[in-house]
Amino acid sequence: MRLAALPAVVGHSITPVAAAVVDRELGQPWGFRVTGWAVAALLAMALPGNVGAAEVPPAEKELTPASVGQLRLAFTFRTHHPGPATQAPLADGKTLFLLTPFPHTLYALDLATPDATVRWRYTPEADGTARGRSCCGEGQGGMSLEGGRLYVNTLDGRTLALDAANGAPAWEVRTADPSSGESLASAPLPAGGKLLLGNAGDRFGVRGWIAALDAGTGRRLWRLHSTGEDAEVGIGAGFRPLYPGDDRADRGVASWPPSAWQQGGGGVSGPILWDAGSGLVFHGTGHPAPLVPDQRQGDNRWTSGLFARELETGRARWFDPLNSHDLYGLGATASSLLLDRDWRGAPRRLLVHPDANGHVYVLDRGTGEILSAEPFVPVNATAGVDLATGALRRDESKAVRRGRMTRDICPASPGAVTGASAFLPETGLLYIPSRRLCMDMEARNANYIRGTGFTGANLRLRPADGEGQGALVGWDLEAGRPAWTVPERFPLSGGVLATGGLVVYGTLDGVLKALDARSGAVLWQFQAASGILSRPVAFRGPDGHAQLAVLAGSGDGPEAEIDRRDASAEDGMGNVLRDLPRSPDPGVTLYMFRLP
Amino acid sequence: MRVIPAALLLPLILAGCKREARETRLDPPVAEALGGVRVMANGISGQPPMVNAAQGEPYRNNAYQLAQGKRLYEWFNCQGCHADGGGASGPALMNGWWRYGPDAVSIFVTLRDGRPNGMPSFRDRLTTEQMWQLTGYLQNLGATVAATAAPSRNDAMQTRPAENRAPAMGALPVSPDR
Repeated sequence: MRLAALPAVVGHSITPVAAAVVDRELGQPWGFRVTGWAVAALLAMALPGNVGAAEVPPAEKELTPASVGQLRLAFTFRTHHPGPATQAPLADGKTLFLLTPFPHTLYALDLATPDATVRWRYTPEADGTARGRSCCGEGQGGMSLEGGRLYVNTLDGRTLALDAANGAPAWEVRTADPSSGESLASAPLPAGGKLLLGNAGDRFGVRGWIAALDAGTGRRLWRLHSTGEDAEVGIGAGFRPLYPGDDRADRGVASWPPSAWQQGGGGVSGPILWDAGSGLVFHGTGHPAPLVPDQRQGDNRWTSGLFARELETGRARWFDPLNSHDLYGLGATASSLLLDRDWRGAPRRLLVHPDANGHVYVLDRGTGEILSAEPFVPVNATAGVDLATGALRRDESKAVRRGRMTRDICPASPGAVTGASAFLPETGLLYIPSRRLCMDMEARNANYIRGTGFTGANLRLRPADGEGQGALVGWDLEAGRPAWTVPERFPLSGGVLATGGLVVYGTLDGVLKALDARSGAVLWQFQAASGILSRPVAFRGPDGHAQLAVLAGSGDGPEAEIDRRDASAEDGMGNVLRDLPRSPDPGVTLYMFRLP
Repeated sequence: MRVIPAALLLPLILAGCKREARETRLDPPVAEALGGVRVMANGISGQPPMVNAAQGEPYRNNAYQLAQGKRLYEWFNCQGCHADGGGASGPALMNGWWRYGPDAVSIFVTLRDGRPNGMPSFRDRLTTEQMWQLTGYLQNLGATVAATAAPSRNDAMQTRPAENRAPAMGALPVSPDR
């Protein structure tokens, strides 16, 4: 199959198989006709979410800065489910798949009918415990599509496979235990017959892991942790230590106080990336638990850093400790991108990672070597990154001590970026949905009680100096500085879609915006009835027209039971979201736009 | 002579020294009786132990008991899910809305047995007396009348209106007995 020869890089659930499906439906090798495979692959890499690589080039032909002004609302689909809708819809040409927040319902909408009738729906069994034991700012499970199968992670720790045509379940396994505060925050990644997934639950003292399941049966092939002995982390012969001291044995135990690694956090709650060419898998690990640093003195390996692992066995190849002994509960699970392009004159295979600590890291993904790390938001807790070791130059006045309050730490937990960034090769810009927030942090003693928040910190967030609590940063990758920024009133939480010279994203106050990818000028916007936390998707519908879909639902309706007079509510977000208007419609709603 | 006014003032000064009685160690029969809640079949509301009323509702009105509740709130990770009452992964406790009922028995049973949406049971971690201290503190946190006995500040970060300012409803008149 010619499509299987797609160049090496395959991002988050973008697969040759999915490409083949769409190609058959359109009946033409559009990929070559538009830009050639190399550019198609680069576009694919620029979309770390769940849009198939095949969907972008056709939409690009029609959805452009010139045509975006004509976008019209085609229909809406109300699900009546309240809650934060973090998972972007998935489209495969004729069907649009929709996963509502926990307790989940999965809808398959028929795009061939004018009002998108529901082809099938599926409601997995739900364990209500997960509702109160999953935390703030993280996702609510997710789904991915490959080979006619839909793979779903539910918030309450189930992984299931369904027939995408009719919703018939193929298998279901329990992969995480919600009673301990463990949940599944992101979508599983189909990769070479395997299904990769990781757990979330750093705020509950859950020990992080990444696992590979057999995509055909759901049987577990391997599972490796973010803390503990080398054998349980997957560190052995092929591991190349980058940080001084990481060549010693059992760092996942020795860099912690006795037994603290057992509740050490480091969950793999963000997206996982697969590079089919090198057979490597890349993922970040979450922040160490508890938040109070005095209770976990040491480097806290292997939390809050980036891992490269072999897909077949899970064995670690390298590890970059981005936030060694993470003081501020940041973690390194923000979405990365795999790019093959020239870097300072030579072609390189890069991994670009905008991190919660406010720096854009550019790495060589074969070796883990850090090529560049520059700040994209106001940062005062650190004064740059030592590129040789990856160590942050910390500001001692921003140290966190038990029983004391440290004021004005920038950026604030859970980090300067939480949603997925996007890249366009034609502009050379990385589009980062950033959060311009600082925090006051009070550290206190934390006791581990299974299934309760193991934080030991009170957080109170406030906006950073300058305009807006958020900003869309158009980041010049080569120069390592912003080309432009678009200030936003509220912190950006969802991901960014970059397609055909456009950058599309949603905001907490429910505005869907399309910017010119070169200048950052706002070309089109739409006010939804609820905040948008998920990434918009663009694809070509069955009628051949470009379509844009977004799932709105911020989960801040009365069912959230949040009182923002408490500045520390929602991990300190209560303090900055006091002015956020209540959504007129807290239910999760799909908005579908078409070009006339 | 100035001796006479001073002698008259002395009883007044001594009367001012009368402190609120604090019971640091419970009588064993009282401790046992405190567990005697009779709950409705749905786990919401019911009859509180008689001994509570007989002792003058110490867990609602006594500054020492309320302060103990505030310490337990922090020590037992209530803050980890409910923040300082504003809520995070768990619901807000200071907004005056109680998912499982606002009365003392409902809150006590929530602490003792847990609830289905993720609230764990603290039966094996807290004594009955500690659960009542925490119950009283939580009732004040979500109360609609201000309570002068309630704590007035946090130790470090001030995150919300103090408990004794009746945060659930904002400015309301102070009732004379609280």
